[in-house]
Amino acid sequence: MKDTIISLKDITVSYDGEQILGGFNLEIHDGEFVTLLGPSGCGKTTVLRTIAGFIRPDAGDVFFYDQKITALPPHRREVNTIFQKYALFPHLNVYNNIAFGMRLKGRSEKEIKETVHRMLAMVNLTGYAHRGIGQLSGGQQQRVAIARALANEPKVLLLDEPLGALDLKLRKDMQAELKKIQKQTGITFVFVTHDQEEALSMSDVVVVMDGGVIQQIGSPTDIYNEPKNAFVADFIGESNILDGMMQEDYSVRVAGHNFRCLDSGFGKNTPVDVVIRPEDIKVVEPDSTLIAGDVTAVTFKGVHYEIIVDVAGFKWMIQSTQCCRVGDRIGLSLTPDDIHVMKKSEYSGMYGDYSTFSDEMGEAETEGEGDSCGKVNASSGTWAEEEGGADEI
Amino acid sequence: MKSDSKLLSAPYTVWMTVFIVLPMLLVGYFAFTDKSGSFTLENILSVGQYSNVFLRSIWLGAVATAVSLALGYPLAYIISKVDARRQNIMVMLVMLPMWMNFLLRTYAWMTLLEDNGLINGALAALGLPRAHMINTSGAVVLGMVYNYIPYMILPLYSVLTKIDRSVIEAAQDLGANSREVFLKVVVPMSMPGVISGVTMVFVPAVSTFIISKMLGGGGNLLIGDLIDMQFLGSAYNPNLGSAVSLVLMVIILICMGIMNQFDDGGDTEEGGILI
Repeated sequence: MKDTIISLKDITVSYDGEQILGGFNLEIHDGEFVTLLGPSGCGKTTVLRTIAGFIRPDAGDVFFYDQKITALPPHRREVNTIFQKYALFPHLNVYNNIAFGMRLKGRSEKEIKETVHRMLAMVNLTGYAHRGIGQLSGGQQQRVAIARALANEPKVLLLDEPLGALDLKLRKDMQAELKKIQKQTGITFVFVTHDQEEALSMSDVVVVMDGGVIQQIGSPTDIYNEPKNAFVADFIGESNILDGMMQEDYSVRVAGHNFRCLDSGFGKNTPVDVVIRPEDIKVVEPDSTLIAGDVTAVTFKGVHYEIIVDVAGFKWMIQSTQCCRVGDRIGLSLTPDDIHVMKKSEYSGMYGDYSTFSDEMGEAETEGEGDSCGKVNASSGTWAEEEGGADEI
Repeated sequence: MKSDSKLLSAPYTVWMTVFIVLPMLLVGYFAFTDKSGSFTLENILSVGQYSNVFLRSIWLGAVATAVSLALGYPLAYIISKVDARRQNIMVMLVMLPMWMNFLLRTYAWMTLLEDNGLINGALAALGLPRAHMINTSGAVVLGMVYNYIPYMILPLYSVLTKIDRSVIEAAQDLGANSREVFLKVVVPMSMPGVISGVTMVFVPAVSTFIISKMLGGGGNLLIGDLIDMQFLGSAYNPNLGSAVSLVLMVIILICMGIMNQFDDGGDTEEGGILI
């Protein structure tokens, strides 16, 4: 087990009488890439700012290794932050921005120069040292912010939704780059985001939060495959969440039928939430399986089709490379591995089926082409492109 | 599109030509001609004999600007730190004296500072010795600071409130204590405000004539008074007056040129009103 580098114990934080965090506990291990994931207002940024020292908790303590740092001001903590809007110093050029922290520490100019150039090389900005901040694009500013923070050789780097302002392509590149930098330097990263895909693809550990409370901590695969409750299941990826009844160990009744499953220990005849991921469902002939329904909407998503199926009033989402047409009757096939059983929680019932979703889709569908299938895979993409081109003329 | 904007700007162009460019040319014309209208350099050359007036004006203007900056910066900084509602009230209080007539305000200082004025009256009542305050250069500086300090505070305040909170936090995060944050981030980032504040106080302070006339007595003749005398006073000589104005303008331009050198930040931040 790695050392615990940061631990938060019973942290309580309130703003204007409204409690953001209450009795919050979290341990972060040395060298890990930890992501705090949750919807806006869930308290994830508050956690980050508490670690950075910008927020003094009303109660509870922050520890750095075993040393209590609750009362230590930000400038004396061995952590650095990358801010949402970069927060570069507009009156300084790239070089002086990166050198800022080292100058405060009284490093020699020779050492500073060497480090600045090493940092610029790491973030692929060699040759930009004497540019003004105003001359840089958003992505470049972000790289400077990363270089500025890392030049300080922090033990922990805090990142507050640093990629939020970038466009999709740049975001993907920066995600890969941040991950690479984290591996290279071995610095503990605490990353805040509301983007579940970002969290899954970058992190060693994901902390899913809602309402100031940790819903689940685990590796990305754990979080995705074994969500602890309906909130996590819904927030991370798409999921069909159904009411079920645990008959006995390894058997659950859901959608009117008994299914074998891999879950146990819930007790006999216990109401549970059942999660079935849309990509796990196999489309088969309607009479060859237990569940069958009518297709109400089909959307082409590139790698797969998103199919909404009405099964006795409950609308399922299926992601499949196989195409169906609206109105088709199809069968849904599940293996025990596809069924994930969760305890009932306060979130049970808050996330229904895809009926509102499919209504919207339905409208979009009627406007579109009559034949939603086209040709599967790449050929459909080119077809769409040609149509776009024709519009321009 | 182009002709549209030309049409829209026409009234301004006409206004500026008639009321700014033409008068400037007239000043230039008068400065280089004598009473009969023939070309001469005599006016410009004779400005030299008033060099002590120029020096005094620039000196007192500079002192008043420095005092305004020293008093105004902390106040602007404090205002920018309080919550929004208080900020509005404090800004209003800064501007409040400006709603009163300039002459009246200066006149009020006269009655306060006079040898038999309110302050001396109060000192005498307390059994303290009287102080001679009116008709000193100190009184002139006081009048300048009092009248022009809002022009220092407002641009400073506007620049200071625009400094992003996260930039301050970034500096703290990188290891700056509050003194270092102030010196290395707040002060450099407020330079555009400092420059426009200094400009807006220094320029009117150097060329004022009412303040020196009312609070400085005869011994503190400033350039403004000198020009005033050439046009409206005893020594009627518009040609010399124009020459003095022209030289003053050149000196101020040089001063501003030097000032702007300090703002070498490259990309000028909006917020500071650069003149």
